[in-house]
Amino acid sequence: MKKSRWTLVLSLVLVLSVFLSACGGGGSNNGGNSGGEGEGEGGSAEQVLNLVETAEIPSMDTTQATDNTSFKAMNQVFEGLYRLDENNEPTLGMAAEEPKEEEKDGETVYTFTIRDDAKWSDGSDVVAGDFIYAWHKALNPDTISPYASMFGTAGIKNGNAIITEGDPLYGKVEELGAKAVDDKTLEITVENQVPYFKSLLTFATFYPQPEAYAEEQGDKFALEADTMLYNGPFVFSEWNHGEGWTYEKNTEYWDAETVNLEKITTKIVQDVATTVNLYETGKIDRAGLSADFVDQFKDNEEFSTLVDPTMYFMRLNQSNEALANKDIRKALYLAYDREGLVNVLLNNGSIAAKYFVPKDFVKGPEGDDFREFAPDGFYADQGEEEAKEAWKAGLEALGTDSVELEFLTTDNELAAKIAEYAKDQFETKLDGLTLTINKQPWKQFLELEDSGDFDISTGGWGPDYPDPMTFLYMFETDGAYNRMGYSSEKYDELVSGAKKETDEAKRWKMMQDAEKVLMEEDVAIVPTYQKGNAILQKDYVKNYYVHSFGADSSYKWIKIEK
Amino acid sequence: MGRYIGGRIISMLITFLIIASLTFFLMKLLPGTPFNNQDKLTETQIVQLNDKYGLNDPVPVQYFNYMKNLLSGDLGVSFQQDGREVSTIIGERIGPSAYLGLQSLVVGTIIGLFLGIIAALKHNSFLDYGTMVIAVLGISIPNFVIAGLMQYWLGVKWQLLPVAYWDGFAYTIMPTIAIASIVVATIARFMRTEMLEVLGQDYITTAKAKGLSSTAVVIRHTIRNASIPIITIMGPLVVGLMTGTLVIEQIFVIPGLGEKFVNSILTNDFPIIMGTTLFFSLLFIVVILLVDIMYGIIDPRIRLAGGKG
Repeated sequence: MKKSRWTLVLSLVLVLSVFLSACGGGGSNNGGNSGGEGEGEGGSAEQVLNLVETAEIPSMDTTQATDNTSFKAMNQVFEGLYRLDENNEPTLGMAAEEPKEEEKDGETVYTFTIRDDAKWSDGSDVVAGDFIYAWHKALNPDTISPYASMFGTAGIKNGNAIITEGDPLYGKVEELGAKAVDDKTLEITVENQVPYFKSLLTFATFYPQPEAYAEEQGDKFALEADTMLYNGPFVFSEWNHGEGWTYEKNTEYWDAETVNLEKITTKIVQDVATTVNLYETGKIDRAGLSADFVDQFKDNEEFSTLVDPTMYFMRLNQSNEALANKDIRKALYLAYDREGLVNVLLNNGSIAAKYFVPKDFVKGPEGDDFREFAPDGFYADQGEEEAKEAWKAGLEALGTDSVELEFLTTDNELAAKIAEYAKDQFETKLDGLTLTINKQPWKQFLELEDSGDFDISTGGWGPDYPDPMTFLYMFETDGAYNRMGYSSEKYDELVSGAKKETDEAKRWKMMQDAEKVLMEEDVAIVPTYQKGNAILQKDYVKNYYVHSFGADSSYKWIKIEK
Repeated sequence: MGRYIGGRIISMLITFLIIASLTFFLMKLLPGTPFNNQDKLTETQIVQLNDKYGLNDPVPVQYFNYMKNLLSGDLGVSFQQDGREVSTIIGERIGPSAYLGLQSLVVGTIIGLFLGIIAALKHNSFLDYGTMVIAVLGISIPNFVIAGLMQYWLGVKWQLLPVAYWDGFAYTIMPTIAIASIVVATIARFMRTEMLEVLGQDYITTAKAKGLSSTAVVIRHTIRNASIPIITIMGPLVVGLMTGTLVIEQIFVIPGLGEKFVNSILTNDFPIIMGTTLFFSLLFIVVILLVDIMYGIIDPRIRLAGGKG
């Protein structure tokens, strides 16, 4: 049986290669924000837009999606009570008017009326029960949504209790503070008021699902273009998994007269060079660029950069003796030249950051950007010299003249370059420091980081809801995303205080103070940059609105002007 | 022959089961969860989600369930694509990959054979060296470089062919050339060597001495005998074409199986990993069997059935 053994060996090699390619894979979805930029072409002022995405839509079930591509597509074909407008403000969607508010036993009851002309694409009415159906599904342990925690975040009554195992309310979805009074009246009870309540209602988890239709479709619901109903500006006319999808204007949409585009094609293109080539041959109208293409297009008038509210930073593990020393942390914080990073390595409009809550993300009670209280961040005017001083002081306190640290990062190309850059920055400026780079695939990276198996790790974080708290709550003592053994009573007090505070001005101040404690008093992390995106967009594409949280853009208002 | 094939099919089944088991356990060693927003999930949420997908059961129980379903032909549903059947996903992806693979194989084999034959017949001539330079380039230049250059020049600069997408014959030309380059190079070199060896054999001299025309000698004796070893390398080439076109599929935006295979591993989409691995393994096993059978038919010197095997 010599031949058979040969077959077996070959088969095993094949299996092994599967395994090896798993180890060699990359974590391209740093910080949980993946997904691509769109683009398109068009005839002669035909209202057609041609776009590309970098990934397939994993799910069109509003309770199951977790990724940018899905959220973006859903924002075009579905609609919640509100949707985000051009200025990232919630504007009325399925809701006919602003809700009636009523205070009752420390709780607030919002009564929403659903538009008379709110229809699903088969012509049936969108009813209050459709919202309740989708929300219960998201919270039910058997069908639980990865974003089930959004109900608690929104402050909706019992939202947290229902998904907390061991709680008497665990799994009792009917206890959720939301009910359908009649077909057009939806009542939401909020136990903990949050200022971003209405913005959150624009998020996919809060969309309705057509109850009768979804039940009828069963397992097949939302798996294909023809097994779902739409209530947004567009419908899917085609969905070829792995290849792309096509939108067409939804004639049943209540605001159809505002929608200009007749058709939007979207193809999945992962290779940036291909994207650029398609753009250059006019096959697509918008293209996202990677750093290596920026120089080629920098002076093109169709080129622009956008800033994302996504932050990149290093966690400093305080269970490491050296990193427990504040001077050592401060030295690392100051020694890192962020300008070189954003101008040379990234080159895509990213901003050098000595802060943690991003710019152009949220506005305070006075209408000013959160960042304005410390626009340049912390220790803005200090640099290499102060870094060296702090380093010396730190080493003295430790009674040593050399420190070895492990730098944990992911294995994608950019992360690897950034790691080399950090090593160079730290080792040349801080005498006696040796940095070992530990590159790991994305999933392995998360495991190691989660178990605290690192000295310095690099990571990114994008917002889950439009409030500075989506960043600040990460570093509470024992917070699920702390991961670096940071613990400050003062910080904890400010953060938990801000979570309860109802006076907006006071809450805002507490969050600013908290950031100050984290960054200035404790130098707990080393922020590096706020993410930028370089894009090309044909000049005849108007009103392509980009959002700072949730779905990353809206096609509802786009117009082709040739 | 019948008994031989029967035996082979039984051992193929065993091989297949071993592959399925090994892949299953190796897959369980992958770190992380199949959930996209893993970095934002808390421990409790991960436990709840694992429950939902049956990932909290002990591994042997999961293994038993999986094998049971597999033997009844059920490959399960994708975690990433939210409940779509694995067999549907593989089904809709296999078309473009198979088409492109076959077209490249046919085109590449014909050109490769042609070049190899010419090179051998014009041994040590300008044609020989020219052909071998092409072959060496074809093997040493990675196909994604060829693809990138073609896309830029033929697609963007001269606008002769579509840059990308999968929408008709014109769209298959550049990817076919990119993939076929390695086939051309491999087969041309192989064929040249074999031809030269056969040309030195006594029976060629005999044929010539009999007064056969040189065309007849080349076609009836040389090419036929030189082709036999080519069949051996066809097996690995076919599978290589099916699995190794990932980069080409990405560059030319072809909705094939390669992308699914790699992404499923990166995202821990266990059912898809199993499905695609088993599919490729099966393909490989079958191709090897076919090669062995064809070998026996074409070359009577190899007696698979009668020998000790």
